[in-house]
Amino acid sequence: MTIQVERLSRSFGTLQAVKGIDFEVGKGETFGFLGPNGAGKSTTIKMLCTLLRPSGGRAIVNGYDVERESGLVRQSIGIVFQDPTLDGYLTAEQNLHYHCMIYHTPRHVREARIREVLQLVGLDDRRKDLVMTFSGGMKRRLEVARGLLHQPQTLILDEPTVGLDPQTRRSVWEYVLRLREATGLTIFMTTHYMDEAEYCDRIGIIDIGRIVALDTPAALKRMIGQDVVRIRTSDIERAVEEASRWLGYPAHLEDDVLCVEGENGQSLAAKLIRHLTLADIEVRDVSVQAPSLDDVFLHLTGNAIREESVGAKERLGARLRGHGRLRR
Amino acid sequence: MLETQPSIVPVRALPKTRPARLIDVEGIAMIWLRDMTRFWRQRSRLLGGIVRALVWLFALGFGLRRSIVPISGLSYEQFVFPGIIAMTIIFTALQSAISIIWDREFGFLKEVLVAPTPRSTLILGKCLGGATCSTILAAIMLVFAPIASVALTPLNVLEVLIAMFITALALTALGIVIAARMTDFEGFGTLQNFITLPLYLFSGAVFPIRGAPSWLQVVLLVNPLTYGVNAIRGALLGYGAAEIPLDLAVLVVFTLIMLSIAILITRREA
Repeated sequence: MTIQVERLSRSFGTLQAVKGIDFEVGKGETFGFLGPNGAGKSTTIKMLCTLLRPSGGRAIVNGYDVERESGLVRQSIGIVFQDPTLDGYLTAEQNLHYHCMIYHTPRHVREARIREVLQLVGLDDRRKDLVMTFSGGMKRRLEVARGLLHQPQTLILDEPTVGLDPQTRRSVWEYVLRLREATGLTIFMTTHYMDEAEYCDRIGIIDIGRIVALDTPAALKRMIGQDVVRIRTSDIERAVEEASRWLGYPAHLEDDVLCVEGENGQSLAAKLIRHLTLADIEVRDVSVQAPSLDDVFLHLTGNAIREESVGAKERLGARLRGHGRLRR
Repeated sequence: MLETQPSIVPVRALPKTRPARLIDVEGIAMIWLRDMTRFWRQRSRLLGGIVRALVWLFALGFGLRRSIVPISGLSYEQFVFPGIIAMTIIFTALQSAISIIWDREFGFLKEVLVAPTPRSTLILGKCLGGATCSTILAAIMLVFAPIASVALTPLNVLEVLIAMFITALALTALGIVIAARMTDFEGFGTLQNFITLPLYLFSGAVFPIRGAPSWLQVVLLVNPLTYGVNAIRGALLGYGAAEIPLDLAVLVVFTLIMLSIAILITRREA
């Protein structure tokens, strides 16, 4: 096990942000925490990377206890935070070099390793450029590269693509997925984007400090039902009759549309179409609807996932930058 | 895109025990180097510091020269020149220390806070970085010594460099304590008005301590910059030179106290 968490909790005054959670992440697994803002995702991440002491329970990361062996935990994890933590006044290479210094990477391998991680995220040709000239996606990729420099066993990504446009998000993910394939790293991530959660081997859905469900994306979706195939035909009554005979149970109608539920929507649809066509019923229109993680989330928490709101600090920072008051 | 298959396979067993470090020299070097790199990259700010100091030198030194009787045989521009040097130090030192707030707002601090390094690394690195920047700027100001009829010899330059660096350490350390507890930018403007300027003006930089009313003498005695001004002036002009060891000792003790406070109040979380 790479990460073992037992009854982990954290309170801030009277507010219990994390209410005794348990989970395990296996070696080489990509594990995602899915939940709205304020669910306890960031608090959990902060405890795992030893920035916050747990109020109760315990967490073992890469074999080290987050409370008693924080130095070893830190050395064994790479972290990419939600907000950028690069220095824009330094070049990409300098940012990486300083990281090597504070992580005590052996001197003789630094140069080679910097080159290696830059290649890995496709920024090799920009290494001499100031980070402030980078786009949001490039900065993110550079942070991923930096997180890998000291050869961590686990990579922790806190909302790795928040604030990026959809195209850039996809490209960042492309790199992360290749990286996973190439290195076999364990990845622990948080997100509130449902489509990103799909990349995970397993997902923990967290809401108001508790894990409300934990399974593979497919299993979670199965929880709330099966795929639904909807077919519109020329003769709806005969279609229902035929379909019911073929299925062995009565098919149902929904606004003149034949609806059939089943495990594998696409192949079920194909079979139904063939069957109806053979019975001389013209199929006009077919749709297959698979349950989404959105549905799962809605089902489990009774809430649609809320969009991330901009924190007060970021807004202040943006305002000051806008007025040109901030000179660094 | 991926051209090469990376060899960073992160399966490497870490030593189970690692000696706990109290002082992480390489980590401190990293913070210091970063400050130096940024200092160099923003060297236009250097110019601002020099111009500000020259404005004060000309306005006070030459503006008041005829109106003020010589102080212990020193003309006013000679007397005030070390004060201007001290001003350069306090402005630069506090500004450097305050950059911690910027680092916090813009995230870089987090990179340091999650690194496997003790809390002292950030504080000590920042203190050395701010002190080095201040000393460099103050050393550049020495070039203008002849304008104020202050003679430079290799010995007094060496002496004054040491005095400047120790003064800079003390003021950066003070600035770090202030910055460690400041959370927003609003406080930054007030810092100049409520801390930097009073510390500068009530330090003996622009008037001699002797002859000041006794309540003011108390203020001067608790102001760390007073000791810095004294030491720099002693080294440059021989005025109060006998007190230099005491001045430097006070500054060193003050620095150590400030650094300890800063390390104690820095929280683990960002």
